[in-house]
Amino acid sequence: MIAYILRRLLYAVPILIGVNLLTFTLFFVVNTPDDMARMQLGIKRVTPEAIEKWKAERGYDKPLLYNEQAVGAAKLTDTIFFEKSVKLFVFDFGRADDGRDIAHEIRTRMGPSLAIAVPVFVLGLFVTVSFALMLVFFRATYLDFWGVVGCVAMMSVSSLFYIIGGQYLVSKVWHLVPISGYAEGPDALKFLLLPVVIGVIAGVGSSTRWYRTIFLEEINRDYVRTARAKGLSEIRVLFRHVLKNAMIPILTGVVVVIPLLFMGSLLTESFFGVPGLGSYTIDAINAQDFAVVRAMVFIGSVLYIVGLLLTDISYTLVDPRVRLQ
Amino acid sequence: MRPVLLATDVLIFVLIAAVIGAGFYVRRQEYLLASWRRVGESRAGMAALTVLMAFLAVGLLDSLHYRPRLQGTNGESGIGYATEVRSVLDAVLMPLRNRAEKTYSAPLATHLYAKETVEMPDGKQARVFPRLRHGGAHLQDPEAQWGVDVAWKTARGVVLAAAAWVVLAALAARLAARHWRVGWGAAWRRLWRGETRFAWNAVLATAGALLLLAGPTASLAVDYHVLGTDKVGQDVLYLTLKSIRTALVIGTITTLAMLPFAVVLGIVAGYVGGWVDDAIQYIYTTLNSIPAVLLIAAAVLMMQVVIDTHPEWFATAAERADARLLALCLILGVTSWTGLCRLLRAETLKLRELEYVQAAQAFGVSSLRIMARHILPNVMHIVLIALVMDFSGLVLAEAVLSYVGIGVDPTTISFGTMINTARMELAREPIVWWPLAAAFVFMFVLVLAANLFSDAVRDGFDPRTHLRPRRGRVPGVVA
Repeated sequence: MIAYILRRLLYAVPILIGVNLLTFTLFFVVNTPDDMARMQLGIKRVTPEAIEKWKAERGYDKPLLYNEQAVGAAKLTDTIFFEKSVKLFVFDFGRADDGRDIAHEIRTRMGPSLAIAVPVFVLGLFVTVSFALMLVFFRATYLDFWGVVGCVAMMSVSSLFYIIGGQYLVSKVWHLVPISGYAEGPDALKFLLLPVVIGVIAGVGSSTRWYRTIFLEEINRDYVRTARAKGLSEIRVLFRHVLKNAMIPILTGVVVVIPLLFMGSLLTESFFGVPGLGSYTIDAINAQDFAVVRAMVFIGSVLYIVGLLLTDISYTLVDPRVRLQ
Repeated sequence: MRPVLLATDVLIFVLIAAVIGAGFYVRRQEYLLASWRRVGESRAGMAALTVLMAFLAVGLLDSLHYRPRLQGTNGESGIGYATEVRSVLDAVLMPLRNRAEKTYSAPLATHLYAKETVEMPDGKQARVFPRLRHGGAHLQDPEAQWGVDVAWKTARGVVLAAAAWVVLAALAARLAARHWRVGWGAAWRRLWRGETRFAWNAVLATAGALLLLAGPTASLAVDYHVLGTDKVGQDVLYLTLKSIRTALVIGTITTLAMLPFAVVLGIVAGYVGGWVDDAIQYIYTTLNSIPAVLLIAAAVLMMQVVIDTHPEWFATAAERADARLLALCLILGVTSWTGLCRLLRAETLKLRELEYVQAAQAFGVSSLRIMARHILPNVMHIVLIALVMDFSGLVLAEAVLSYVGIGVDPTTISFGTMINTARMELAREPIVWWPLAAAFVFMFVLVLAANLFSDAVRDGFDPRTHLRPRRGRVPGVVA
């Protein structure tokens, strides 16, 4: 098991190198740092000196891959590639283009992101799995039919409308919670309530339908018939037998997103003014702050790979037949 | 006028030609025809298809672009063309397009939504809701005449729509009567009661509903802003109709762009195996591990820099906006091909071990030919299902990406840009709800139709769904 995990972590290295090469190509080869400086300083009427100054302040004035002027190992290390891409591997994110320390920003913004993402994830999973099991319990009835119709309708609504509509109804018409904002400590509850509820509702349609399909695949298996023949109640069959056996496909879809919860939700955080990583990313995109985008790409890939590993490990927990070696 | 072919126009027409070509191919293949017949039996699917066809018609009209000829002479060169690119849809909707108001006006309103200080005839100034320049401008006394006028025009639209539907129904009955060699009445009863395999009654009913909506709208749109006007006084109905093309382009061309990669790499990885398989798996795991939004953001930002630093590539603003739209499609394609590629690889791994492939290998058929002739046709159902299922997701993604600021060009009219400009309007006092409501309804209908149609296609083509006994008669939405 340990050996397996170590090997998987080693496999992650070439993938992360690939991610870095890709972002490096996108950010520095497709467009030169000169282009970026011109974008930041305004396309027209920008002097070469201003561009040089902008580049020097941010360390973009070095050669891309190989520095001929340097001596020894610095020929390779005193370059944009080493400074901006290789250092990501030790989680040294450097400074954003506006000069702030990215690592510090990430640490402070992680809390608010998790405060929304974790409840949405847990509640959403609970609600959708229960709802799907209920539909399966009432399968081939009108309740099931209209439930599925409702799911299809709900997944046809853009998540933007859930947020806009929810804010309008709950905050503006009913005045139940503030429209947006964030506070530390117990005060956070009133700010978090609406985003969490909307986040859960927005995901109900597609997830419920997906789980319902998984459960329906299981419901005709022989072990289910045996369980019924033993005289178990339908509820017991669904919750004890079907749910357990459907765990593998559910885990495949669910566990991989757990680490990514750190990244927060772009839309929710930006609409509700929550100072999390999602709104940080959106602000960086709007300000064209490539240093932050690069850092977030790298963190995202690391978390995704961790998620894949966790998925494999979780299989061994629910299915004794799975052995990792 | 001079026709203009934008890059996305070309791709749309290529796609249409490919669909027609595929249609002829399917007609000759009995097993494919059987699957499509199952799709045609689904009432929900066929109703959804009718709605999609209506959207497609609007989108196609909006894809025939031209530059109108300028009036008068233009110096030495003789004939001059406007730098503005128009589409046939613009020409049809010219009245809507040109009749801009000053600012917000409610649906079917005769007065502006904001008070203005105007000079009264007696020289004094007063704060009133001024009359609209175009909406209901033909009414002498709006307060008294408005209700009658709107009711009369709605009735006129309904009558016209009903007439059009009767003509359509008669045409269908006539064709059916000829086909079955029975009387018109008998043919109509068979069609309408659903005694045909193809769900003709669903198509006719949906077409009737669409006509019933379109008739009054068209009748009223001549004199009113049926869906109101937005902040700068543009007609919201015009904006929503223009958004349809953007949504269709994003939903179809993205899949078209990624299809070659996904199909070729997926099949090759599965069939050849070895280091080729490892390399392809490495590529898609790497791409997959980058959060999609960030990869799209990075690529779009870079594309924007390229477009901005090379203004000389584009003759008109429309071409520039179109280049960005196409770039967005390609980027979305690059980020979304991995799922399909993985599915195809897994399916090819299974097919590779089957007898008919092994027989082909034993006969000495080349690998290339086996992949093209024996594997590809047998994974096409997966490709087709992925194609129709991706559509709705992409339409929804466009809105989100445009909100984040990495979607279409801000000058391109799309559901995303509409929502983005309108999202603060609910916070206004009094609220302006119609631009958001219009975008919501059109987008919802489009995505819902796409979802229902893709369900029908999946039910028809997925071997697992029709081998399994169907429980009850739950049309279309059997998951």
